[in-house]
Amino acid sequence: MARYDRAITVFSPDGHLFQVEYALEAVRKGNAAVGVRGTDTIVLGVEKKATPKLQDSRTVRKIVSLDNHIALACAGLKADARILINRARIECQSHRLTVEDPVTVEYITRYIAGLQQKYTQSGGVRPFGLSTLIIGFDPYTGVPALYQTDPSGTFSAWKANATGRNSNSMREFLEKNYKETSGKETVKLAIRALLEVVESGGKNIEIAVMTRETGLRQLDEAEIDAIVAEIEAEKAAAEAAKKAPSKET
Amino acid sequence: MECVFGLVGDGFALIAADSSAVHSILVHKSNEDKVMILDSHKLLGASGEGGDRVQFTEYIQKNVHLYQFRNGIPLTTAAAANFTRGELAIALRKNPYLVNILLAGYDKDIGPSLYYIDYIATLHKIEKGAFGYGSYFSLSMMDRHYHSGMSLEEAIDLVDKCIMEIRSRLVVAPPNFVIKIVDKDGAREYAWRESVKDAGIAPA
Repeated sequence: MARYDRAITVFSPDGHLFQVEYALEAVRKGNAAVGVRGTDTIVLGVEKKATPKLQDSRTVRKIVSLDNHIALACAGLKADARILINRARIECQSHRLTVEDPVTVEYITRYIAGLQQKYTQSGGVRPFGLSTLIIGFDPYTGVPALYQTDPSGTFSAWKANATGRNSNSMREFLEKNYKETSGKETVKLAIRALLEVVESGGKNIEIAVMTRETGLRQLDEAEIDAIVAEIEAEKAAAEAAKKAPSKET
Repeated sequence: MECVFGLVGDGFALIAADSSAVHSILVHKSNEDKVMILDSHKLLGASGEGGDRVQFTEYIQKNVHLYQFRNGIPLTTAAAANFTRGELAIALRKNPYLVNILLAGYDKDIGPSLYYIDYIATLHKIEKGAFGYGSYFSLSMMDRHYHSGMSLEEAIDLVDKCIMEIRSRLVVAPPNFVIKIVDKDGAREYAWRESVKDAGIAPA
């Protein structure tokens, strides 16, 4: 198979696009990212790997706004992400200019996925090495949405999803524990999923919350620590409750 | 006979513009808003060729928004004015935009400012300015009554004096005006001055 995975993306005899699959490997090595959709709140969470002491962590923003009502988090090659994010931001404004309407979440997801696909079918280029989680509210109906794209250019809508490092564990957790939530409960569910694979604490997690009215808000370390403490307390209470009934019988 | 004029006061800047959309001898509507809210703390009052005015100002607005998303902070008023002037200059010797602009803004450490940008890409930072035939009257009124650091009440009074002059002395005077202000709390509509309301659909 080694002869079919050169720089240009071509099919292998058994129908694989190795460059795309290798790009997915790059995503699997990237930081963990999770997205959860609630009834009135959507949450994006990203793992923050240990910041070097001398680095100004404010310049490393992993959850970004594409427009007033759309936000994006990604896992994989961050330099590739910058390019996609820039093109998406231009498209958001261009759409507003030509049709006098803000983009829908599905439109901008389709656009980003379309870009990712183009780079799997063009000469001399390699695919983008990242998967994105895109959240937003429909500008007219106010319906919340969460979408995911990947290096192959496929996209789909999700109630909750994870990508990056240990995404399978996070997704399993979400499948077991997902229910319709709103407000703070949605934030807690996202943090609980991240905590399955990330060291606990506000300095290892970046969380952004989006609501219809207030747009995107990044939570600061203290807020995250407080919610993490709540989650740990709930876990401890659940453990204690499990032990107590067996004592009574 | 479009009129746009503006001035800088104490901690605010304001722009007043007429609101008639005219084509030859026909008035399409008299409640056209020609003062665009460029971003949270900037106003763009424009007068000129119908299509050019809307196309150019919307293009500037979307580019100002794009800068903010890309860089996480908004453009300063001076930067936005220079960008606008640059776009006019680029188009000038190919396919000029026939639009005259007054750009007012409030920056946190600088305070209010007003920029004069005409259709051949002249840029001036000014305290008071005006475009159109109405400028003959409003500039004279402002020369007589303006002083720096006017309060909002004094400034609105001066604007009303200018509108009064335009209405009484300009042969095809526009009937209605819109006044918008920008200060530390942002850019917003202040008032309309209407002497003719657009008639609604007549009852059957």
